[in-house]
Amino acid sequence: MSKKIFTIAIILLFSLVSFADNRLESDSVAVATASEGKMNIPEFILEHIGDSYYWHIATYKGHEISIPLPVIVRSADGEWHLFSSSRFEHGHSSYKGFKISHSEKYRGKIVETSAQGEEIRPLDFSITKNVFALMINSSILVIILLLCARWYRNKGTTEANPKGFVAAIEMFIMSIVDGVIKPCVGKNYKRYTPYLLTAFFFIFINNLMGLVPIFPGGANITGNIAITFTLAMFTFVIVNIFGTREYWKEIFWPNVPWWLKVPVPLIPVIEVIGMFTKPFALMIRLFANILAGHSVIIGLVCIVFVTVELGTAMNAGMTVLSVIMTTFVNLLEVLVAYIQAYVFTILSAVFIGLSQAEPHHQKSH
Amino acid sequence: MLLSILLQATMATGVMKFGAALGASLAVIGAGLGIGKIGQSAMEGIARQPEAAGNISTNMIISAALIEGAALFAIAVCGFIL
Repeated sequence: MSKKIFTIAIILLFSLVSFADNRLESDSVAVATASEGKMNIPEFILEHIGDSYYWHIATYKGHEISIPLPVIVRSADGEWHLFSSSRFEHGHSSYKGFKISHSEKYRGKIVETSAQGEEIRPLDFSITKNVFALMINSSILVIILLLCARWYRNKGTTEANPKGFVAAIEMFIMSIVDGVIKPCVGKNYKRYTPYLLTAFFFIFINNLMGLVPIFPGGANITGNIAITFTLAMFTFVIVNIFGTREYWKEIFWPNVPWWLKVPVPLIPVIEVIGMFTKPFALMIRLFANILAGHSVIIGLVCIVFVTVELGTAMNAGMTVLSVIMTTFVNLLEVLVAYIQAYVFTILSAVFIGLSQAEPHHQKSH
Repeated sequence: MLLSILLQATMATGVMKFGAALGASLAVIGAGLGIGKIGQSAMEGIARQPEAAGNISTNMIISAALIEGAALFAIAVCGFIL
């Protein structure tokens, strides 16, 4: 039995190493062609963690292999345009007056040129790399969870115990429900469990898929501030919409000495600021952690290309080091992927639990 | 010695960038100390009362996350300066 587990662990480890190798391969060619001389590391890293209008997979002998994605824009005269991003030829040409900007302000975004010769942003609903990856990841999540749900619908929840995959997912879900949601939210936890579980698994699968270096993964979704903003906004809305009367009383008329409330509402002001900093912290935390993780991994991969000028022996040594470090950090990021999803869920649960405050019983008998 | 190196670095990159880097590093030092202290206390607590390990680790994660949030605020501000 233990031998079997050991074998599986070894296979998993090697498959991860080969993932890291794939990433190296696809990136190395891209770099070699992108800059014939010195490579610009910060720009390279920013390009990889940013959004884009096509999904770049590899550059093979100067020929870019990428998936063009649909561009949906509304121009200034109110007309809608739908076309493939391959029309831009990777930013080298313009189509119907639209082009990918190279200017400082709208770098890498689609712009159209107005009559005055200025670049203006059209209304842009394009399916970009992040949007496309979001669709893929969400469908994976929905398929996994609906498969498990179907098992329970067929067998019922009491008659049989699930085995294998369904059991693993059940264990995973119940560990979040029992370990996080129940203790943190309090007695009416059932109302908020669907949202919190959805948030957890959404963040978790997007974090994990972001760590897979080959095609369906690798997009930096949870490291995109718009996504984390939306997630934090959900928590903010739920906390404040379903907050009890006691929650609002504690914000605007807390139980503190009167001179802290009148004439200068010191504590209420702090509480109101706190209302906004809580979801802001949720947003920044997830964004910064995932962004930092992606940057570190790409930075370690870049060691290979930076050390080329130091000679073959040095470069070979550094390449080995880079592969080892990249694999290590990638595995570390799997841990971070779980921890960040867990922390987002636990903090959302705590904030929701705080907003379910019950009135304190006065000791007046 | 250290001061002269710092001064040279300031001259080379400009005060804004230097300030941003200094701010980010200070924030990380603060967060590291804070989270280390939480970890230490949690470990001591668990060693004294192993049966409370679950409760302690949940609260440890919450307080570590709050400190991390404050540190990341600081780093985000430094990033905006840059």
